[in-house]
Amino acid sequence: MTTTNKELVEGLRVQAQHVREAILRMVYAANSGHCGGSLSAADIVTALYFHIMRIDPQHPSWEDRDRFILSKGHACPVLYSALALRGYFPQEELGTLRAMDSRLQGHPDMRKTPGLDATTGSLGQGLSLGVGMALGAKLGGKAYRVYVLMGDGETNEGQIWEAAACAVKYRLDNLVAIVDKNGLQNDGPTDAIMPMGSLAEKWRAFGWDVVEIDGHDMAQIVGALDEAKERSHGKPTAIIAKTVKGKGVSYMENVVEWHSGAPTDMELDIALAEIWKGR
Amino acid sequence: MATKKATRDAYGEALVELGKVNPDIVVLDADLSQSTKTVGFARAFPERFVQIGIAEQDLIGTAAGLAAAGKIPFASSFAVFATGRAYDQIRNSVAYGRLNVKIAATHAGVTVGEDGGSHQMLEDISLMRALPGMTVIVPADGVEAKAAVKAATEYEGPVYLRLGRGGWPVIFEEDHRFEIGKAALLKDGDAATIIACGVMVSQALEATKLLEAEGIDVRLLDMATIKPLDVDACLKAAEETGAIVTAEEHNIIGGLGSAVAEVLVEKCPVPMERVGVKDTFGQSGTPDELLEHYGLTAKDIVAAVKRVMARKA
Repeated sequence: MTTTNKELVEGLRVQAQHVREAILRMVYAANSGHCGGSLSAADIVTALYFHIMRIDPQHPSWEDRDRFILSKGHACPVLYSALALRGYFPQEELGTLRAMDSRLQGHPDMRKTPGLDATTGSLGQGLSLGVGMALGAKLGGKAYRVYVLMGDGETNEGQIWEAAACAVKYRLDNLVAIVDKNGLQNDGPTDAIMPMGSLAEKWRAFGWDVVEIDGHDMAQIVGALDEAKERSHGKPTAIIAKTVKGKGVSYMENVVEWHSGAPTDMELDIALAEIWKGR
Repeated sequence: MATKKATRDAYGEALVELGKVNPDIVVLDADLSQSTKTVGFARAFPERFVQIGIAEQDLIGTAAGLAAAGKIPFASSFAVFATGRAYDQIRNSVAYGRLNVKIAATHAGVTVGEDGGSHQMLEDISLMRALPGMTVIVPADGVEAKAAVKAATEYEGPVYLRLGRGGWPVIFEEDHRFEIGKAALLKDGDAATIIACGVMVSQALEATKLLEAEGIDVRLLDMATIKPLDVDACLKAAEETGAIVTAEEHNIIGGLGSAVAEVLVEKCPVPMERVGVKDTFGQSGTPDELLEHYGLTAKDIVAAVKRVMARKA
């Protein structure tokens, strides 16, 4: 399940660093936002938008496009970065994050930002949206696929598990749930805030196909997502991606306080230097 | 007027009829399909019926996803669960994204009866009406309910349909033309105007007859759409009759009475009385006993009309 296409993987790795740079610059410019959970998801979102998903940035509402739902909506800087770098809107617009009248709201608003497939921000709701879209595809005889990215802290929400059961009942093999398992949530380590036990076992018990990967190993990410695409045997796929919150910036990594907050001038310089040093 | 029909039954029939001509209609339920009457659609179009189980948050979220995929989802449960349990899903997944979801909730109000206060939803109009872009419809009888389901299907955007459990008198002829946002004039008069919705329309109709017997000629408006409110009809009634009584099977806080008062106080303040549940929870009893207990009968409306007339300048 690891891809062997080295050129592809290397290209995506570099692209992910561009996404990280855009995240940091955007949150710096806004002087608020969520760096930690955006950086932990950067490699996964890059793989989706620059390789996996069938999309057309020139036609954001194309009916047959694959859908992506950022259920952990506060991590929208990672999504806005990917969308801008992919050409959905000008990169300069990233500097307007969270500003008055900006198309880039503090949490995703599908009616404002080109390319957004869902409005999210209240945690726990994205998987149900994904189930509805995947069901809609099946009912309409469409071949598109639906990807939902959620946080591990977010799985505290009961609605996630309501939707997990529903996806299995309706045999949604066109649905992929990805858990960005960075181990931290707003108030502290996920195991301390609310121990969820083994997420892999939970998803498996609900009847999902489960793959566990390193969420920063691009070859594993692409491999797992490619493999999920190949499957069409009536089961949804859950990818449990072990990640590091704040990945790529030493002073942010695994630091709960970097769930939200903007870097200072000096912190931004250090962060960008570290990202491009490929530490 | 002897015929009675529950608006939930009309809803179930309308779904089957519309399902035949509109392949985009999908119906979702949360383990109450026998009661919400979506069961007819489930039998007729099993492939387009989504049984979510006892999970109202997921019910609304899945409906939102289906709407985003171009379907016209009708999500049903009891009003208390559909709007209360899933309020945040309606707010953030449906209304904020302006998705084309129809929430058709049955068993609203005290006429649920014996199930008691936990099941007698009295705050749903208030909750739904406060959401930007949400259309709120409370049909008065089976004919209007059916027409409202059709209108909701043709309308692009989120709609909340409030339906009842019990058999209510049929008021309208089959050719009744229902339009979202337009009140129906059921009786003209100049002494005062009663503005009612839902089951209270038939109570109000009865009240107009009692008043007529005393020589008091009142106007009656069926305000089936609470949002967007028919502001013109409200103002016309205030100007021409000089006094307003609202009647609803809902808490007097935040419902039809509040909506009408908001308009009148700014544009045409006239004496007004609100007939509704006086900020309390319900309890077990028969629907008739409960209407009596909570002051929701024709004679309560008559009393309110006399009070408001006494306040006219």
